[in-house]
Amino acid sequence: MNNHLIPTNTWRGPWTLLKKELLRFWRVVFQTVAAPVITALLYLLIFSHVLESHVQVYENVPYTAFLIPGLMMMSVLQNAFANSSSSLIQSKVMGNIVFILLTPLTHIQFFMAFLIASIVRGLVVGLCIYLVAMWFVDLSLANPWLIIAFAVLGSALLGTFGIIAGIWADRFDQMAAFQNFIIMPLTFLSGVFYSIHSLPPFWQKVSMFNPFFYMIDGFRYGFFGKGDVSPIFSLMVVGAAFLVLALVTLKMLKFGYKLRS
Amino acid sequence: MSQPAIQFNGIHKHFGALHALKGIDLSIEQGEFFALLGPNGAGKSTLINILAGLIKPSIGNVSVMGFDVNQSYQQARKLLGIVPQELVFDPFFNVREMLRFQAGYFGCGRENDVWIDEILEGLGLADKANTNMRKLSGGMKRRALIAQALAHRPPVIVLDEPTAGVDVELRQMLWEFIKKLNYDGHTIILTTHYLEEAETLCSRVAMMKQGQIVALDNTADLLNKFSGKHLRLTLGEVALPESIATLVRHVDSGVYTFALDDMAQIEFVLAVLRTANIRVIDMQLNEADLEDVFLSLVGNSDKSVKSS
Repeated sequence: MNNHLIPTNTWRGPWTLLKKELLRFWRVVFQTVAAPVITALLYLLIFSHVLESHVQVYENVPYTAFLIPGLMMMSVLQNAFANSSSSLIQSKVMGNIVFILLTPLTHIQFFMAFLIASIVRGLVVGLCIYLVAMWFVDLSLANPWLIIAFAVLGSALLGTFGIIAGIWADRFDQMAAFQNFIIMPLTFLSGVFYSIHSLPPFWQKVSMFNPFFYMIDGFRYGFFGKGDVSPIFSLMVVGAAFLVLALVTLKMLKFGYKLRS
Repeated sequence: MSQPAIQFNGIHKHFGALHALKGIDLSIEQGEFFALLGPNGAGKSTLINILAGLIKPSIGNVSVMGFDVNQSYQQARKLLGIVPQELVFDPFFNVREMLRFQAGYFGCGRENDVWIDEILEGLGLADKANTNMRKLSGGMKRRALIAQALAHRPPVIVLDEPTAGVDVELRQMLWEFIKKLNYDGHTIILTTHYLEEAETLCSRVAMMKQGQIVALDNTADLLNKFSGKHLRLTLGEVALPESIATLVRHVDSGVYTFALDDMAQIEFVLAVLRTANIRVIDMQLNEADLEDVFLSLVGNSDKSVKSS
């Protein structure tokens, strides 16, 4: 009976899932890429207009230039999270997640496909914001490798977080709560619009426990060569956070938490 | 000797206090066309979901052509094509894309396109191949769901209520296609509420009730075991004399079905009705069918069981 089986190859399964996930967001590119780019530009226009002449965080760095890497990274993180979380919650609510659960894909392949798709969407959104923002201000690139490292690692961390949220949430309102009560406060309170040195000492200390702060600060360091903390330390914090979340996610997927009963 | 297509060994499943499956032992041979029947809540879908790896059994194990669905899940799932009961679809893609994705998850590439075209043709989906899943009618979505399960050309195909709520034309087209697959050597496992389908198509039948298999036999042997005649009398709303009330198997809107062992009992029933001054409005005499077997074994209270 095995003669029914056609030849298969092992990389094609996860590659197909990745391709499907990439196509899924690309099919609605206005919603998944154009909309966040427009939102980031609106933030840029309003905040730079209001604060440009009042605030200077780093010497010789105009506030608009300071703001752009923060807005880029904020959008990278939010969209990486949105990609994996929305794909999973939609598949769960519509029931079509079964098409993936019935396949021979391993939990690692499942994880990698959703993770890479999230990273790609995050990077595409970040790059689009950068290309548009270049019209407004000249941005230096002090250390491009740091920029790439933080963008990839940050989107990986949030993509993984999105997988956890997508698996955990059973309804859209639970997902919205995740986004509004965890992701949004952590991004807005991470130094996107300010340096934490401008905060009172207590809130400076609180900010040090926010992993988003390290992603924004390290990413910004790549542009200006200046930051609130050492970029290597930030990289280690973000890397460690990613490893912890990745291990939790892999465990959830391996045991089929909320996916297989 | 070849491995069974599917082997369930001592499957128990508890959902909290509910003991949903109570020790299922079942072997389905390669090439069989097998029916799994039972009323709602009998445990059929739980059993199928355990086979699919969507539910883990509390006790016991399941294998597909010798591969354990938990220990060797990759090999087992490659051999299985499962059509889920719920009408689910991915709204982002068209039919052909979905089939290519589904085959791709199992490691099949563009060389599989010939088979995908064959499925599309066989299920009457060829002219809808480039239509988005959202825009398909309910019947077409059902066909696409079946096509997805077949996309990687699995030797063992499980259809969980595939014809629920679909029109006669699709049912006939579907069964012609599935019969051809069975003829080509694919093992087919079917759960259905349409007992005539099981009787016509399946060589062997298992009937489930409250998490247990209550009958397992060749379809013909099962029918022979429950051979007998069924006398359907339209009497209207009447009070039956006690001497014949015990022979009644089923009552529906004034139509009484009597289960009889031999022809002599017909005369007895009619004589009692005459004596009681009960007028016979209409009369039919039928051989036992799978529905009668089903009703005898699982009780006649299940109104969801239909004959087509």
